Amino acid sequence: MSIEKYDFNEKNILHFKQDKHQIAIATHVLQVYYGNKHALVDGDLEFERYRITSLIGASGSGKSTYLRSLNRMNDNVAKVEGKIIYRGLDVNSSKINVYEMRKHIGMVFQRPNPFSKSIRANITFALKEQGLKDKKKLDEIVELSLKDAALWDEVKDDLDKSAWSLSGGQQQRLCIARTIAMKPDILLLDEPASALDPISTSKIEETLVELKKRYTIIIVTHNMQQASRISDYTAFFHMGHILEYGKTKNVFTTPQIRATNDYISGNFG
Amino acid sequence: MKIKLQNKIAINIIRIIAALVVVILLFLLGDILISGVPHISWHFLTSASQSFASGGGIGVQLFNSIYLLLLTLIISFPISLGAGIFLSEYAPKNIFTSIVRMAIEVLSSLPSVVVGLFGFLLFVVQFQMGFSILSGAIALTFFNLPLLTRNIEESLRAVPDLQREAGMALGLSKWRTVTRVILPEALPGIITGVVLGAGRVFGEAAALIYTAGQSATNIDFGNWNPFNAASPLNLMRPAETLAVHIWKINSEGVMPDASAVSAGASAVLIIVVLLFNIFARIIGNSLYRKLTATK
Ligand SMILES: Nc1ncnc2c1ncn2[C@@H]1O[C@H](COP(=O)(O)OP(=O)(O)OP(=O)(O)O)[C@@H](O)[C@H]1O
Ligand SMILES: [Mg+2]
Repeated sequence: MSIEKYDFNEKNILHFKQDKHQIAIATHVLQVYYGNKHALVDGDLEFERYRITSLIGASGSGKSTYLRSLNRMNDNVAKVEGKIIYRGLDVNSSKINVYEMRKHIGMVFQRPNPFSKSIRANITFALKEQGLKDKKKLDEIVELSLKDAALWDEVKDDLDKSAWSLSGGQQQRLCIARTIAMKPDILLLDEPASALDPISTSKIEETLVELKKRYTIIIVTHNMQQASRISDYTAFFHMGHILEYGKTKNVFTTPQIRATNDYISGNFG
Repeated sequence: MKIKLQNKIAINIIRIIAALVVVILLFLLGDILISGVPHISWHFLTSASQSFASGGGIGVQLFNSIYLLLLTLIISFPISLGAGIFLSEYAPKNIFTSIVRMAIEVLSSLPSVVVGLFGFLLFVVQFQMGFSILSGAIALTFFNLPLLTRNIEESLRAVPDLQREAGMALGLSKWRTVTRVILPEALPGIITGVVLGAGRVFGEAAALIYTAGQSATNIDFGNWNPFNAASPLNLMRPAETLAVHIWKINSEGVMPDASAVSAGASAVLIIVVLLFNIFARIIGNSLYRKLTATK
């Protein structure tokens, strides 16, 4: 099957008209270049607060590129132009304190990457780095974040065991716990379940649905069932362009763009 | 069928070669140990050497070797650590980095006798440091530095980038990520490298003959003031090490029991180096298990 040429000017992008306070983070004409390669063109999305937004699209379409720009993880590998508006500030500006910003915009990666430390230390490590010393407070945060990540019951007796003794799915939930221990506003997840078995995957999904009460979640996924199960909004990426963005239900049932339709009906990708 | 046969032949040839290496090693070790161990005694290990009479020991030389090794590590470890971190985490891809890399490469392939001669001309003669422990330690640093730097760089590189991203994504600076996340994870590899390097340094003779010198001045083990010339800790005294002692006995030793002293000293040297290797393995493995909790 040859890949069809789609018209990249034909787009259907939802823009929120309501109260701007409902928008947690937004990008305006975001461009990302890896050397000469223009990997993301005119990225223009707004993310509603306390919702889960899925980024879908074929491999290489620029989902990770876009996501990693949001907390400036691409700083050293790519050139990023355009605006990323978070709380009235442009995250992409050189004046931003990147380290401070990343505490507000947390990220969980595709492969679980706990530190080679104990389960407890995985969570307290970054807090201690920030200067939090109070043991009681630390213990409290450990318990709360592990509960939030739905891991507490499984590990509460083994907090001093190494994080590597956990299963892949537990490790990933520990990574989520570690991230939310920083009390971020926004949670970025890049295919957090793609390396996991179905049971672990559904645990992660339940966790995310629970977390959206307090966090704005943006998740890259290859799994369309997952996108339609857990997300409120879905953005479709294709060859570096964002072609469609809307309510998940609408995107999956009545896509307005031919490329989206072809992708979700499995014609490519 | 033909491929299977070829495979079989190749594997067997490799097996034979491997077995040969082991046999040669065992033969060598066995020979040195069998002829040397009977001469080892507490007296031999602790008493001073004799130039003309028999019954001399290797106490001073043994102390010198250990002291020199420690000094070398104290000088070379911080430098290698800095260089290793720079090369693995910070070095941009430019000419400067390539030159540093090439310098390390060249330094590591220099024959140790050349390093010794260089140390002799520069430190002993030019800087008038004389045959001294310090000259020897600096020469050994040149010898140890490239290996250690490369070992540290490789150990750091072996830590997956995912760990760096994990640190950065939690708002840590690059430096904190490197020192608090990456370095601890690389530690088993680094320590193994340090101990293996220590084994090499311990057995090194050629680089020391013209730097630390070939004489074991009598030192007073009751005097620990490093500024006193008779003190074991004095940096400016000449210090013949175990390996140099062996070389010297065999080339110009006139004591009646020269061959026995040489055999005993060689056995001690081999045993210490073996111990270093075993330690390196044990420490590396147990640290690794501790970090990854695969016990
Ligand atoms: N570090 C990099 N250097 C150069 N090119 C890159 C880099 N990372 C990604 N790219 C390129 O940018 C494009 C988008 O990649 P990206 O990783 O964002 O895709 P993706 O949608 O996340 O794909 P996948 O589903 O496979 O993760 C691809 O063509 C990729 O080859
Ligand atoms: Mg990706």
